[in-house]
Amino acid sequence: MKVLVPVKRVIDANIKVRVKSDQSGVELNNVKMAMNPFCEIAVEEAIRLKEAGAAEEIVLVTAGIRQSQETLRSGLAMGADRGILIETDEALEPLAVAKLLKAVVEREEPGLVLLGKQAIDGDNNQTGQMLAGLLNWSIGSFVSKLETGDGSISVVREVDGGLEKVRLKSPAIVTVDLRLNEPRYASLPNIMKAKKKPIDMFTPEDLGVGVAPRVTVLKVVEPPARDAGVKVSSAAELVEKLRQEAKVI
Amino acid sequence: MDETTTILTLGEDYPDIRRAVGRICEDFQGAYWREMDAASAYPLAFVEALTKSGWLAALIPEAYGGAGLPLRAAAVILETIHASGGSAAACHAQMYTMGTVLRHGSEAQKQKYLPAIASGELRLQAFGVTEPASGTDTANLRTRAVRDGNHYIVNGQKVWTSRALYSDLMLLLARTTPREEVTKPTDGLSVFLIDLRELKDNGVEIRPIDTMINHNTTEVFFSDAKIPAASLVGEEGKGFRYILDGMNAERTLIASESIGDARFFLERASSYACERKIFGGPIGRNQGIQFPLARAHAETEAAELMARKAAALFDDGQPCGPEANMAKLLCAEAAWHAGEACMQTFGGFAFAREYDIERKWREARLYLTAPISTNLVLAYIGQHVLGLPKSY
Ligand SMILES: Cc1cc2nc3c(=O)[nH]c(=O)nc-3n(C[C@H](O)[C@H](O)[C@H](O)COP(=O)(O)OP(=O)(O)OC[C@H]3O[C@@H](n4cnc5c(N)ncnc54)[C@H](O)[C@@H]3O)c2cc1C
Repeated sequence: MKVLVPVKRVIDANIKVRVKSDQSGVELNNVKMAMNPFCEIAVEEAIRLKEAGAAEEIVLVTAGIRQSQETLRSGLAMGADRGILIETDEALEPLAVAKLLKAVVEREEPGLVLLGKQAIDGDNNQTGQMLAGLLNWSIGSFVSKLETGDGSISVVREVDGGLEKVRLKSPAIVTVDLRLNEPRYASLPNIMKAKKKPIDMFTPEDLGVGVAPRVTVLKVVEPPARDAGVKVSSAAELVEKLRQEAKVI
Repeated sequence: MDETTTILTLGEDYPDIRRAVGRICEDFQGAYWREMDAASAYPLAFVEALTKSGWLAALIPEAYGGAGLPLRAAAVILETIHASGGSAAACHAQMYTMGTVLRHGSEAQKQKYLPAIASGELRLQAFGVTEPASGTDTANLRTRAVRDGNHYIVNGQKVWTSRALYSDLMLLLARTTPREEVTKPTDGLSVFLIDLRELKDNGVEIRPIDTMINHNTTEVFFSDAKIPAASLVGEEGKGFRYILDGMNAERTLIASESIGDARFFLERASSYACERKIFGGPIGRNQGIQFPLARAHAETEAAELMARKAAALFDDGQPCGPEANMAKLLCAEAAWHAGEACMQTFGGFAFAREYDIERKWREARLYLTAPISTNLVLAYIGQHVLGLPKSY
């Protein structure tokens, strides 16, 4: 089985995000970027499938600016086999990404597409689902456990109020949640090997996909600062404050 | 350009290394280092994570199981660790102590030790040079190794031998020919690669020294320690020369740790100076806060250029003594000034351990003293670069 893992370059999770002064978006200049943590979990799972003999090849794909190659190299250094960069300067929306991925899926014909459940920048949580819709494939989202079987993939989904176990018909789409695994560190020998692994380059035009945005961002603002909390000395005072000040009861 | 020109790379070199090492450091945040510091504990989990991913074998040639990377790559690894708020002091010597064996050891020694050092199975991260009575005056060290058939018998004492309790092997500098019998004081010293596992409580005693930083440093006592003659590295009596090129590597790498420290201080201080609002605005708008940080940044950038120059010359096989020494001096001072500015910026909070500022400040201070103190670097530059009279 071939596993396709779409990965996204996002602002490093440890960086404090700042809004641009013109409120057109967040500041990306000179900001440390990294692979989206959920994508890292997807890459790790693909590698584990390969190590267990359930996958033969792991192909990474990303869409974005040229520097997104670094994100592919990070995944190749973890153990993926090759990468695909769909290069564009356009700000990509989930639907555009899903369409690009559909085109890649049609070329590569993977048995499984493993994605992060969402990217930590836009928190959209849409790409995997849209891809499944466009391909008309089965999907298991928010997955915290994955097992491959003959012609099917069993997953445990983290849903509201518990866990849901479903069996998906292959080929399938799986979006992964935080608890699926702990991604490994890229080792120095693997980083050296990753430099020699191939990255194929495409443009959206090569794939016949239009990626022009459909949504207009009006403005981006910082979330309002939270006021400091207050301490109450008794339950009665709490009720009083909820009633009089917060006016919630 | 001709063949005497060395090329210097600017900008974020080795981005893949910075990313991958930075990723490991994310899992070892301030709380981890504070816990280690409070308990004076060896940061084993961190060292194991680095070992498992091959980082400590960066400088060992591929033929011996390492990555065969240039010194500059190792410098980037150490800088990344220090910039993250951690410290590489527990294991940096595992990267470079082997250099003396690599450059001057026999093929048999290299075959025997380097692959196991590369895999981390063997630790060679203790280097015994400094002694209580001679200090920086290395040529006057008193530890004696006397040939006795197929062995040497070692007597004497080392001090500040860091990580000796966490090292299987130790590189030892000892006098093999009495000072009176040699023409140059630096002659008659020899380097040995000794196996501490066999010698502990069997001629060698190691005692930890309680210090102001978590550095796992020790005193090592030799009393009739019997070591195989085969542990001699290179020729007898030429040891001082062998350790010199290793020292250039060490100084260049330590300089990069200081650059990492400086970057840590400046990043923390800059964001705190923007966030902390007092007298109706961020403290960072006051030039008394802003200018020391700006100056420390400028100093760090300049010092980093010297560290890159030293590494570039080393990697090009060119002499780099002055540059390695100047890099150590300038980078350690840049880190110290950045640390001072950061301490001042954080006000009282700098003293609260949970901010990690005081810990890093204590740690950054070491590099003004070790592996060589500022005065001795200046004395070296005075004599060897400017041709001034010898002062030491
Ligand atoms: C935490 C720590 C870890 C260390 N780890 C190691 C290790 O692993 N292996 C090892 O071998 N050593 C190690 N050292 C030792 C370190 O290299 C020495 O402490 C350092 O070189 C200074 O030597 P000293 O302490 O004997 O000081 P001294 O040589 O006594 O010097 C004291 C002061 O006098 C100054 N001075 C001396 N002579 C002159 C002169 N001629 N002109 C002007 N000024 C002069 C020095 O600069 C210094 O400021 C470590 C030290 C520390 C603190």
